[in-house]
Amino acid sequence: MTAPHFISLHVNGERVDAQVLPRLNLADFLREHLKLTGTHVGCEHGVCGACTVRVNGEIVRSCLMLAVQTQGASVETIEGLSDTGEIADLQAAFRDRNALQCGFCTPGMLIAAQDLLKQEAEPDRERIREHLAGNYCRCTGYQAIIDAVEITAQARRGQKP
Amino acid sequence: MTSSPANKQALSELDRPNSYIGKVVPRPNLDRLMQGRGLYVSDVELPRMAHVVFVRSPHAHARIVGIDASAAKRMPGVIAVVTGEELAAVITPWVGVLSHLKGLKSAPQSAIAIDRVCWQGEAVAAVVAASRAAAEDAAEAVEVQFQELEAVTDMRSALDPRTPVIHPALGDNLAFERNLDAGAVDAAFVSSDEIVEAEFVFARHTGVTLEPRAVVADWNAAEARLTIYQGTQAPHMVQNLAALHLGLEESQVRVICKDVGGSFGIKVHIYADEMATYALSKLLRRPIKFVADRVESFNTDIHARDHRCKGRIGVKRDGTILAFEIDDLTGIGPYSMYPRTSAIEANQVVNLIGGPYATKNYRARARVVFQNKNVMCQYRAVGHPIACSITEELVDLAAAKIGMDPVEIRRRNLIADDAYPCASPSGLRFELLSHHAAMNKLMTMMDYDALRAEQAALRKKNIHRGIGIASFIEVTNPSAAFYGVGGAKISSQDGVAVRLDAQGAVICQTSITEQGQGSESLTAQIVGSVLGVSMGRVRVILGDTDQTPYGGGTWASRGAGIGGEAALQAAKVLRKNILDVAAAILQSSPSELDIANNAVVNATDGAPRIELRELARIVYFRPDTLPPGIQAELMATRHFVPREYPFAFTNGVQASWLEVDTDTGFVKLLKHWVVEDCGTLINPQLVDEQIRGGVVQGLGAALFEKCIYDERGQLTNANMADYLVPMSGEMPDIDVGHVVSPTAESELGAKGAGEAGTAGAAAAVSNAVNDALKPFGAIITEIPLTPQVILTALKRI
Repeated sequence: MTAPHFISLHVNGERVDAQVLPRLNLADFLREHLKLTGTHVGCEHGVCGACTVRVNGEIVRSCLMLAVQTQGASVETIEGLSDTGEIADLQAAFRDRNALQCGFCTPGMLIAAQDLLKQEAEPDRERIREHLAGNYCRCTGYQAIIDAVEITAQARRGQKP
Repeated sequence: MTSSPANKQALSELDRPNSYIGKVVPRPNLDRLMQGRGLYVSDVELPRMAHVVFVRSPHAHARIVGIDASAAKRMPGVIAVVTGEELAAVITPWVGVLSHLKGLKSAPQSAIAIDRVCWQGEAVAAVVAASRAAAEDAAEAVEVQFQELEAVTDMRSALDPRTPVIHPALGDNLAFERNLDAGAVDAAFVSSDEIVEAEFVFARHTGVTLEPRAVVADWNAAEARLTIYQGTQAPHMVQNLAALHLGLEESQVRVICKDVGGSFGIKVHIYADEMATYALSKLLRRPIKFVADRVESFNTDIHARDHRCKGRIGVKRDGTILAFEIDDLTGIGPYSMYPRTSAIEANQVVNLIGGPYATKNYRARARVVFQNKNVMCQYRAVGHPIACSITEELVDLAAAKIGMDPVEIRRRNLIADDAYPCASPSGLRFELLSHHAAMNKLMTMMDYDALRAEQAALRKKNIHRGIGIASFIEVTNPSAAFYGVGGAKISSQDGVAVRLDAQGAVICQTSITEQGQGSESLTAQIVGSVLGVSMGRVRVILGDTDQTPYGGGTWASRGAGIGGEAALQAAKVLRKNILDVAAAILQSSPSELDIANNAVVNATDGAPRIELRELARIVYFRPDTLPPGIQAELMATRHFVPREYPFAFTNGVQASWLEVDTDTGFVKLLKHWVVEDCGTLINPQLVDEQIRGGVVQGLGAALFEKCIYDERGQLTNANMADYLVPMSGEMPDIDVGHVVSPTAESELGAKGAGEAGTAGAAAAVSNAVNDALKPFGAIITEIPLTPQVILTALKRI
């Protein structure tokens, strides 16, 4: 059970082959093996949301998933979502609204927010607050983040009437 | 909700084409953080870097009988296991006292415990390995034999003669005591129509920065230089202390601070494990990385608050407050924290009680005691939430006793807006505050009368909502009076160097630091405004003791007011220097020229004369074409520290509107308002977001946050699932308004804004809960206001 496993997966569209210990979690794999340090580790037990990434299109806490579980999967991190431009409008709204201060929660927050925006076209403030309730931010007090997500939702509706 | 500056005069010189002061502009470099391309210390990797994990005490108080590291040393990847005694060969212990806090005492503290541990979580040994995982594995194999000692945990009995003395050499467990008696307190209580007293209880809580504390220390034996990568608010302080305790010159220590994942006062101190990491790097001659895990964070990041305070207020039937009296007790753990000490919070409580009010009669006693719990020290809004809650809850209790509206009693006692300058009974000097203007603005923003009507209507339907008001003052822009006079080498001045580069862009080096407040933005805004350069052409460098001028950093709401003024003055000198050389090139005179939109222009009609890019090209590459005797100086440095007032006080008022479910004890926050006065607003959006973030930290203290220790000194909720913090679902929207009373200490006129939100939020919530519970006759003077506390007060459980 402690011998390294071989895994093959796609990370941000690139194929990755690696030997990993069974105990290695996905967050540490991304950060330490692939140097994708935009995935942040805050609590290491699935509470704070800083390590949120997408696996096969679903958001997961990468500290709660083992790297070996990603065999054959498609993993997307904040670096990938930034480079494809998928969340460029959301990032711009965060910038305009100053919806980040220290920025440590921001990658996870953006990915969680994008997940909501993909599922629902018209989330109200309460719905946004509820969806982001698993992502801890100590700096902003959340209001600016809620504003930025709400502004993005409105803008996306405007683009796709 | 931002109002225009009341004092236009102070800013008129800056009202220029590229003026960014007072405007909402996005912070530079947010893309880096939003794309996951920042560089936090936890991201830093260096060649030959090893990882340290600390073996920590499971006991609150124990003798270390023996440490057997032989099995651990044989484990894969292990480089060294180092005990406190072994590490003492390269680092000296310290004592957290300051001479201006008279009588403050503490015991020597080592980087790693030697012979004895004094709190659960104190490091006993360091395990250094090739990876953090390998170090963690080996740490479990280090066998430490402890002999458990009696733990002193309850601050109330810490001074009893039967209680063991934690540090026998100190004689007792009293770290510090301060007494104050101003005016004629006894006579004032005798002439009071009503006297109200209560005991206030404030839980221990902590900062919970999302990025844990992290250090990479890199001793280069060949250079004889230590480079420390650390998320700190005060790089030069770290430089000074690392050098002092490692026996180095400050020039041998470089502190680099890139992105910091949350700070809030947690990262303004020096922790034993950080000192140990510096020392391990020197001992092992290689880079060593320490990143606290979340359990370590809860057990070793400073805790704060934890006060029990008896308070008393005397009031006339017409609402005049005649006197305040308090007796405060706080437990600070086994050591006074280094170097800022753990007596500052209690000292601040004594200073700040009754601060917004004209009352002259005030007596206080504060006692600070040792205990076998984690260390306590300064966390955002040091002392303010305690003082504000006690004062504002006493004022509400007095108002209720004489049947007066809470706003009315405040209006009758707040210091008049035309009474400045003046001083408080504790000796605080106020330059210019605006309590009444702030209250008036708050009333309009929240529509107080309509809210009272709504509250009354809902009460008939058995819905219990409350309104809570809290006026406050905040200490900002501290001079040397805070630390320097007590002997700490923590600079109260800051410096900024500004230079025009060879393409006419601006590079600015500042000694203040960035943890997300917007230090970089405000510096660029000020420099761009003064120089007439667009903000995109101003680059700000901070957080590097090799690169920036010497200064204090960012803490105590000082960055904008002190570092901002230094930036303003440096930019003014550079502007003059640019115009001098422009006049020489253009055969004009400096007074006929101005700078706007990145070009030298005519002062009269604004017509462009020469682009800064072209001016820089001439200065740097064709100085031979300048008139004889002209030596351009396209770099200027200025420093600033306030001299007239020890602190620039700000003021404001907060209000909370909430609903209490009297069946479940849950509190639902519906709305929160803040009006505050931090003088000149450099970037209103950044100020508002500081206020909001600060409020939410205060709301956490009010409703959720508590480090729960058992009677043996074990922290029982040291993880983020059990230690509750505010999450987005429970937080209200927060409206922020401003009154603007610039300080005349600086040309900029800015005071600090980082702690105002935290100062008054809990007081507003406490008053609102008590207001909601008025029909039940329940009064609660304890936070956090958990369902259990509320249901107990309602006698439901």
